[in-house]
Amino acid sequence: MNKIKSLSDLRKIKQDVENRLDLREKSDNPERHVQIKVAMATCGIASGAREVMNAFIEKIAQDKLDAIVTQTGCMGYCHAEPTVEIRKPGEEPIVYGHVDVEKAVAIVDKYIKQGELLEGIIPVNYQTV
Amino acid sequence: MNDLALHLLDIVQNSISAGASLITILLDEQPLNDSLTLSVSDNGRGMAAEQVAKVTDPYFTSRTTRKVGLGIPLFKQSAETSGGQLIMTSALGVGTTTTAMFGYSHIDRLPIGNIPNAIILLVSANPDIDFIYTYRYNKEEYIFDTKEVKEALEGTPLNEPTIIKYLEEMIEENMKALKI
Repeated sequence: MNKIKSLSDLRKIKQDVENRLDLREKSDNPERHVQIKVAMATCGIASGAREVMNAFIEKIAQDKLDAIVTQTGCMGYCHAEPTVEIRKPGEEPIVYGHVDVEKAVAIVDKYIKQGELLEGIIPVNYQTV
Repeated sequence: MNDLALHLLDIVQNSISAGASLITILLDEQPLNDSLTLSVSDNGRGMAAEQVAKVTDPYFTSRTTRKVGLGIPLFKQSAETSGGQLIMTSALGVGTTTTAMFGYSHIDRLPIGNIPNAIILLVSANPDIDFIYTYRYNKEEYIFDTKEVKEALEGTPLNEPTIIKYLEEMIEENMKALKI
């Protein structure tokens, strides 16, 4: 059996990660990055938000994108869960409804990378707190 | 909710909404005593006694975006259908503890599900909140503490994809190791 992963090994991979991060401290300056907020209240989780969030994390890791994935609560669009809010730097946020794994990949490829709007946008007029 | 990991994701959102800076999660598997406990404690703003009495009512919610709040009622139902129960204690300004107890071998007890993934999703989406996750199996115990992780990382973001993946595998392997 292989050795179980531990915090001491984490210190080793930390070095590799730091080298790749090229001084862009993600956590300190989130406005510079694309923010992907997955709604994860009861309604979202029950309709598959966990799989969607995992899909976004995996896709971002794969494509080495400058984006962070976080969670929000329920925005009142329980009928359209899972919902995802995408906030590009300097742009108004957009909320997509009925997102699944396939659509999550499409959102990254088409909307985040190329700025092309996809179907399923929920027209909103609100401010997140 | 299909498994306990999904309930966990849901219940912890309450702690986050309550402004907690430290969230303590316990998963206690005691097959010999036929019991399974999932507990979430936080140091958020807490609730007054009359609010605690109302949270298991699905038509009670503190939010204004909609009129129902199903997280706690569903969690309670899952516990009770397995012969267990849900207990909530809270104090204003101190925090809240939600504990669900399940009949371990009960046929209607939900599967545990992917707990390492749930923990990591919560940790990576809320890097400013500290999490302590304790997993107990019979007498063995594993503790995952984000304070220790952050110390080891020395400022490298915890929600960097390579690190997320590593931490998830670390929790999974350590949990499995307790069962051997």
